[in-house]
Amino acid sequence: MLHYYDPSKTGPGMSGPNPDIDYGTPPSTSETLVSLSIDGTDIAVPEGTSVLRAATLAGINIPKLCASDNLEAFGSCRLCAVEIEGRRGYPASCTTPVSEGMAVTTQTGKLAKLRRNIMELYISDHPLDCLTCPANGNCELQDMAGAVGLREVRYGFEGENHLDADVDDSNPYFSFDPSKCIVCSRCVRACEEVQGTFALTIEGRGFDSKVVASQNDPFMDSECVSCGACVQACPTSTLMEKSVIDAGQPEHSVVTTCAYCGVGCSFKAEMKGDQLVRMVPYKGGDANHGHSCVKGRFAFGYATHKDRIKEPMIRDSINDPWKVVSWDEAITFSAKKLRDTQAKYGRESIGGITSSRCTNEETYLVQKLIRAAFGNNNTDTCARVCHSPTGFGLKTTMGESAGTQTFDSVMKADTMIVIGANPTDAHPVFASQMRKRLRQGAKLIVIDPRRIDLLKTPHGTEGIHLPLRPGTNVAMINALAHVVVTEGLEDKAFIESRCDPKHYNQWREFIAEERNSPEALEAITGVPADLVRQAARAYGEAGNGAIYYGLGVTEHSQGSTMVMGIANLAMATGNIGREGVGVNPLRGQNNVQGSCDMGSFPHELPGYQHVGDPEVRARFQDDWGVTIDDEPGLRIPNMFDAAIAGSFKAMYVQGEDIAQSDPNTQHVEAALSALDCLIVQDIFLNETAKYAHVLLPGSTFLEKNGTFTNAERRINRVRKVMAPVAGLEDWEVTMALSNALGYPMHYNHPSDIMDEIARLTPTFTGVSYAKLDELGSIQWPCNEAHPDGTPTMHTLDFPIGKGRFAVTEYVASEEKTNRRFPLLLTTGRILSQYNVGAQTRRTRNSEWHHEDVLEIHPSDAELRGIREGDWLGITSRVGQTVLRARISDRMLPGVVYTTFHHPGSGANVITTDSSDWATNCPEYKVTAVQVEKVSQPSEWQRHFEQFDQRQLGLLKPGAGHAEPSDASALK
Amino acid sequence: MATRIYVPCETTALSMGADEVAGLIVHYAGIRGVDIELVRNGSRGLFWLEPLVEVETATGRIGYGPVEPDDIPGLVEAGLFEGQSDHPRFLGPVADIPYLKRQQRLTFSRIGITDPLSIADYRAHGGFNGLDKALLLSPQAIVDEVKASGLRGRGGAAFPTGIKWQTVHDEPWQQQKYIVCNADEGDSGTFADRLVMECDPYMLIEGMAIAGLAVGATQGFIYLRSEYPVAHRILENAIHRAEAEGYLGDDVRGSGRAFHLEVRLAAGAYICGEETSLLESLEGKRGLVRAKPPLPAIKGLFGQPTVVNNVLSFAAVPFILAQGGQAYADYGMGKSRGTLPIQLAGNIRQGGLIELAFGVSLKEILEDFGGGTFSGRPMKAVQVGGPLMAYMPESQWDTPMDYEAFGQLGAGIGHGGVVVFDDTVDMGEQARFAMEFCTVESCGKCTPCRIGSVRGVEVIDRLRAGENREANLALLEDLCETMVDGSLCAMGGMTPFPVQSVMKHFPDDLTA
Repeated sequence: MLHYYDPSKTGPGMSGPNPDIDYGTPPSTSETLVSLSIDGTDIAVPEGTSVLRAATLAGINIPKLCASDNLEAFGSCRLCAVEIEGRRGYPASCTTPVSEGMAVTTQTGKLAKLRRNIMELYISDHPLDCLTCPANGNCELQDMAGAVGLREVRYGFEGENHLDADVDDSNPYFSFDPSKCIVCSRCVRACEEVQGTFALTIEGRGFDSKVVASQNDPFMDSECVSCGACVQACPTSTLMEKSVIDAGQPEHSVVTTCAYCGVGCSFKAEMKGDQLVRMVPYKGGDANHGHSCVKGRFAFGYATHKDRIKEPMIRDSINDPWKVVSWDEAITFSAKKLRDTQAKYGRESIGGITSSRCTNEETYLVQKLIRAAFGNNNTDTCARVCHSPTGFGLKTTMGESAGTQTFDSVMKADTMIVIGANPTDAHPVFASQMRKRLRQGAKLIVIDPRRIDLLKTPHGTEGIHLPLRPGTNVAMINALAHVVVTEGLEDKAFIESRCDPKHYNQWREFIAEERNSPEALEAITGVPADLVRQAARAYGEAGNGAIYYGLGVTEHSQGSTMVMGIANLAMATGNIGREGVGVNPLRGQNNVQGSCDMGSFPHELPGYQHVGDPEVRARFQDDWGVTIDDEPGLRIPNMFDAAIAGSFKAMYVQGEDIAQSDPNTQHVEAALSALDCLIVQDIFLNETAKYAHVLLPGSTFLEKNGTFTNAERRINRVRKVMAPVAGLEDWEVTMALSNALGYPMHYNHPSDIMDEIARLTPTFTGVSYAKLDELGSIQWPCNEAHPDGTPTMHTLDFPIGKGRFAVTEYVASEEKTNRRFPLLLTTGRILSQYNVGAQTRRTRNSEWHHEDVLEIHPSDAELRGIREGDWLGITSRVGQTVLRARISDRMLPGVVYTTFHHPGSGANVITTDSSDWATNCPEYKVTAVQVEKVSQPSEWQRHFEQFDQRQLGLLKPGAGHAEPSDASALK
Repeated sequence: MATRIYVPCETTALSMGADEVAGLIVHYAGIRGVDIELVRNGSRGLFWLEPLVEVETATGRIGYGPVEPDDIPGLVEAGLFEGQSDHPRFLGPVADIPYLKRQQRLTFSRIGITDPLSIADYRAHGGFNGLDKALLLSPQAIVDEVKASGLRGRGGAAFPTGIKWQTVHDEPWQQQKYIVCNADEGDSGTFADRLVMECDPYMLIEGMAIAGLAVGATQGFIYLRSEYPVAHRILENAIHRAEAEGYLGDDVRGSGRAFHLEVRLAAGAYICGEETSLLESLEGKRGLVRAKPPLPAIKGLFGQPTVVNNVLSFAAVPFILAQGGQAYADYGMGKSRGTLPIQLAGNIRQGGLIELAFGVSLKEILEDFGGGTFSGRPMKAVQVGGPLMAYMPESQWDTPMDYEAFGQLGAGIGHGGVVVFDDTVDMGEQARFAMEFCTVESCGKCTPCRIGSVRGVEVIDRLRAGENREANLALLEDLCETMVDGSLCAMGGMTPFPVQSVMKHFPDDLTA
């Protein structure tokens, strides 16, 4: 008998169902096995499995059209009918669960006739244009017509039909041709069950049933968020990628990892030669289970955009035209500049920035280059400006700088708290999973100045929204903890067995003080005390309470305090160490976790090992053959300050646009202008590159091998599907620079680099490319204690032994409102754009969001005579910019909101130097501003525009002289 | 003492002018200085006599009907207020009208007799005895009583009600369970549900409350056909009064047990009478059929264990509890126990409600009760059980009303509606109508029903136009088989029955 424990994938290392097979219905999680026979084959499957899935597991393929294993059984197409001994009729195998001793027959003359006759009905209302149809070669309807042996359509084609239905081409990425629709509802169900948006429905009934978006709107005007789940689900070419319509069906595919957000979705890059035809979310992906969002699914066109930097370029001054040079010349030029600078200004006068968008291996190499070849610790990364407080706060309290859970853990959460994060926009695929859980009845608490879309989850439970004033997070978390402590909601057993009593008692005494009560803090947070108490109870009384947070927690002057406050709350309620609970930072960029893990910070070697620790240093020195400085180097803001002061003169920046993304843009620009040598390695001429002297062409994630580590510590493979546009992968460029600087590096493949990482990093000792290929992905720590990785952290103890509560005194931000700056500006993300927008702005995603706007509450707008669409001058203590107005009541009065996806918006011209006390993470989320109607762009914007035009002019061919690139010479 | 006069407030009577009749009676009583008490009762279900005016006399209730407004002056003149017989509309004691007298009214024992909204009237005629009894019994004992009655679902599927209740009863009690009444009465020729709700609404409330006690459900919903405004008004009013009197609410009759009831207006689609689409609709979604399993008894409304029964099934329960399951089971034949409320309609002289024990022959209904066709022409076909059931030729009219006996003929009893056709009917047109009805009412979920019904109309049209007779007959047969075997629910699965019956019994009508 065949035995299937299904889903067999209960942990890494156990081979799961084949992601390339559609089993028809989702797996059952029951542990009770039921035996049945299908066409004489005996098989045992978990109770609750459908007959269709059981048959597929047994290798028996029953025809089907409306069934797909990411959707609940629906039973509409009727093709999967079977005969079951002792039962009447022809039950659909998708909706029939197995039962003990059941005897199923899947092929009889009667069934063959029934299926053929049903298919005949389908085809009587379907165009016969298979040869010219975009789905030709990949059409389930065509396959099933073949499988059932349809040979004629006796009804003819003159009857009522939908063949004249109009095509909706409004979406930039896919087309909707209802003439080919078989009304299987897979798209509608995918929109509901997988994505959770409920944008699609069936309108009308009977033969008039048709798929419509929203209220029969064009897709582009509907609630559709273009995640692609419907396109993926469509068994015909009704919903079809325009890229496939243009190019035809792909001929091979490679599984790789998306380079957008911290969810780290796995995709099949479907190719024709070296042309990427489409990205299809990979069902075997452990982070996304076959789901995607508009960015990963469709916004890959930037990789072949005309703006790509294709050749190395150098110049002596930023006022000179760029000169195209060979790789060799660019590298030699760079090395000489760096060495000359050090000769003139000292070893400490240069540094570099690693990228949260590049691979672990590339990030590792850049920090190694800095520590070993530059000879200092002046390395930092963009996590400085996003999640550095996460690292600090979680390491202090729980001993590890990372989230505690898998994404799947949310499916066991009873209450989830979302703080300062907007998952539906910034982590859309995980948001879909959250919404699924909310539809199952989990409670939601949102702590955010702005009413995020997660609160509008269709068919979810009603959430509690705590719309606090920006900058009062710590007061809020203290108030919540106060309720937990004073209302007897603590998990005493957990605290006693898992936490350090001295720290706990100090904290408890502090938090129980009346001044931390919701009532006392109401005046600070602006949130009614009884609402806070309700929220605290919903979390404290939940069987499993999980906390998810984003940059709304970290990007504050008390970012680190807040992270510790979150850890306190989780430990106090025992919500650590099992599935369904935990503290989960939602990482912004694809490899923020990885870049932190890889030793990008000035004080930490890979694996968060402090440079001050002689034992650690000794291990690295042995391996690297150099002496490592025992003093932490400069952080990014320190580098800027030092540059302006004249002591820091050269920088190597890989894949990071500090000129756009860092706060107080004018300060950053001044710092960059003060450098003697700025080496930028990027795929585009980004804002930072406009201040550069060397421009090294970067490679996209499609053009290289490596790994990314997502927000759940999951190491995923990035696989090369096309050649780097300038011939070199990013790691090869860093290696060349190191060699030119006289510190030899020799790696033949990123897997060699990973082997070195594993050798030197205790949490990575078990990681290798071979194991990644075998398991699909690995969540670190992966070592002798956890050979297949660690999905849930801190199950038995903390890396520091006992958990340490930390006293979290609320201190108001120095960034305060007053009569001159009466409003608080906070910033965030939007679904269609990613971070600084360098990638997404170069795709048709801009059709959703072509400019950043300032959201302002109706009452604040009325006070200033502002109407929708007016130009608004936004002035802070450090600068001014101009954006268009959008009237919105998603924030409370007194709070305004914008995004920073377009460089010309200058959102960071107004953000200030205020930063986290522990890590210098900038306080992006709180800026006191005034807003008024204006008639022209700000002075900075006019300057930006001029500078931008000039720098683009200097890039034009002919501005310098071109020579062929010689990538191979450096390999 | 005031003379009590009854004028029905039920929809059929209203549509025949009952309100105007009532107004004129009050008017003339005023003119004549006669002290009357006008009672708006329910209908007796003798529709050809509506509006049926009754006058209470020492010898019982004397009937006049059908009374048209124009008749009032003459009736008054002839001694209406005294119950005099000197008028063509005089019917004598209503209880003696043979059509009524020959019936076995267990369920409909009160209709037309009482003021539908008077709880006192309801109690005075045995109402709430069943609930009182149920409150003394254990839940299992209630279920056992229903099982003993042999009651089968009167909505059409004839599933044993007691077994359905047992399934819901056996689901864990620490969860929300629901009682849902399917009152989306939409079969052609049916009106018994409406009569219950308009003429004796407390009976339905009582039946549902008993069901709630039996299975541990604290909330009930009546999914009411949206085209029943009178029933809606009466039900809302009755529920309100029952709550005020403690028959519904948190503490039913002081038992400490809760049962709440709400009316929800249906979405105006035939398919929402199918129990799973009804549940979808009740949840606020499109009325789309759900695949079974899971059974609604296990995962029903909002995913919770749910009893879904037809109005008539719930309406039979108070009698069963009050008199005992056996008293009900004493009526009927074979596996069809108790009484069947037959609704006689179509081309018939004496249409109306006929409640009789199972076993009566169709012919008796048509002739003894119906009195032949309305047109006076010979009958040609009878459709029993709604638009998805077979057309029965005269050769089958001796069949006793019994689920199994009808089933053996490929016919069905369904909800008990009987629609009569005379010899002018074009049965080919009727076959086409069956498919056409399905094209209009199909929910569109499954392929055989959604596309099959449209192709069915087209093939029948071709047959009737004389195109390729043999090939199209074979295709129609195939299509019917595909719909029967392949459809998701009874809508598509039974649409072919009338078509197949025409092909079998009236083949000449189908082809040109």
